Amino acid sequence: MRFFVCTLFLVYFTGFVGVLNSNGQNIPEQNQACLKCHASQAHTIYNDWTEKEEKRLMNPFYILDTVQLAVGVHQSFSCIDCHSMDYETYPHDGELKLEPMMTCIDCHGGDPTYEDWQFDRIEEEYQKSVHYELHGDQFSCSKCHNQHYYRATARTSSSLSEIVNYSNNMCLSCHDNMAKYQLVSEDAKPQLVDIHNWLPNQELHFRRVRCIECHTEVQDSLMVSHNVLRKEHATKNCVECHSANSMLQASLYKYQNLKARTETGENSQKSILGLFTANKAEETFSNEYYVIGASRVPYLNTIFALIFFATLGGIAVHTILRIIKK
Amino acid sequence: MKNGKKLYLYPLWLRIWHGVNALGILTLVFSGISLHYAERGALLLNFKSAIAAHNVAGVIVSISYFLFVLGNILTKNGKYYRVKIQGLSKRMSKQIQYYISGMFKGEESPFPVSEKRKFNPLQKYSYIVVMYLFLPVLIVTGIALLFPEMIIEQVFRVSGVMLTAVIHGILGFFVFVFLLVHLYVASMGKPPGKNYKSIITGWHT
Repeated sequence: MRFFVCTLFLVYFTGFVGVLNSNGQNIPEQNQACLKCHASQAHTIYNDWTEKEEKRLMNPFYILDTVQLAVGVHQSFSCIDCHSMDYETYPHDGELKLEPMMTCIDCHGGDPTYEDWQFDRIEEEYQKSVHYELHGDQFSCSKCHNQHYYRATARTSSSLSEIVNYSNNMCLSCHDNMAKYQLVSEDAKPQLVDIHNWLPNQELHFRRVRCIECHTEVQDSLMVSHNVLRKEHATKNCVECHSANSMLQASLYKYQNLKARTETGENSQKSILGLFTANKAEETFSNEYYVIGASRVPYLNTIFALIFFATLGGIAVHTILRIIKK
Repeated sequence: MKNGKKLYLYPLWLRIWHGVNALGILTLVFSGISLHYAERGALLLNFKSAIAAHNVAGVIVSISYFLFVLGNILTKNGKYYRVKIQGLSKRMSKQIQYYISGMFKGEESPFPVSEKRKFNPLQKYSYIVVMYLFLPVLIVTGIALLFPEMIIEQVFRVSGVMLTAVIHGILGFFVFVFLLVHLYVASMGKPPGKNYKSIITGWHT
């Protein structure tokens, strides 16, 4: 019994330390030297010209968030695992900024350890995407997946809203951020809200649905499709999702019904008369989205047909007998 | 009638209700099929017109149903719908026997129409099921589908709206089948057009 209690305590304690660890204690020791500056707002540098120690502000793009770093997928990495070893010399050589960085595939490609993650297929899919088509190798994985902070939420999180939010923020980090967007495009910043105006309940969709759900060619065998399509090819077909189950179907029915009741009256006043008039100009939706019920239950249709023809058959036979026996 | 006596079986209010209800149900069946098959047939109504027609006819039939129930409460017409369990299956099978063999052998109807008995047992209980079971459920589910926010969100992981719509669809279909049989059985008068005439004039001859 005593042994049991001790073991239990040990397991509990180990777990507790584990929790502490995952809360930001697990940045490798050797990174502390880098983070001394790269996790601060300011750094001190010896100026050869003035021969004085000077305190200067850090370039904000080079400041790391250690909290996010400690929970990212690369949390256990040394900085120089990816960055040049020459960075160990301080002050850094300015030329180092131009060193070609490693890409994800350099480490993850062809590696059986990461088989589950299917990096090679991701690369393949990505090379079909509009991102690759327009920007080629300029468009690296890190444009979306920040190597310092990235978390594989789709695999690890149990909260759907976290997964959606995390995924969409990757897209928005460029598509709603002119500073980053201009790195790959000359175009004006996309007006996301206006472009998606056709979408009913836009805000709800943005909160609950990942951009990639409509904007990629979904592959069943790949967890997250990386073939991001040109906007003209994004799906605009509501039933692709809204026929998946009865709840989603019902939401379209309710939406249509409410729309008919709230927008037909003059000055958009609520009017129940909308339910009884047919001349609505709204064409976004057709019957496919509206029909719900028995017609969505195929075997009911078959049963209906059987009963219907049996009834007609019965009537026909009875009529014939009546004529014969007259 | 054997003795040639004329019976005034269908008072004016009942004939008006029957007419309104008949037109309403026909509209509901036609627009309902149009909705069910959603523009998959050339003869069907355009989808949006079908929604409007179905909703308008649904409201009319609901109101007229209410008047029918009121009429049956206030007049003696209600007595034709009283359920009598004792010997029910015997009476039913007698009538079925008549329909499938007796009438071809020239037998007389086992339950001839009289002032006390307007309907034969099959007729009576099919009317009771349709009018006091199917129609109320159809009306309630129909109203719920007009205002889907009233419906319970989820029943055992299935959408409440979906469930309501399925029930509405199934019962609607049964009313349609009832209508077919009703129209056919009505042709069994002698001569065949006799009963159709009665429901217009009110007189059973």
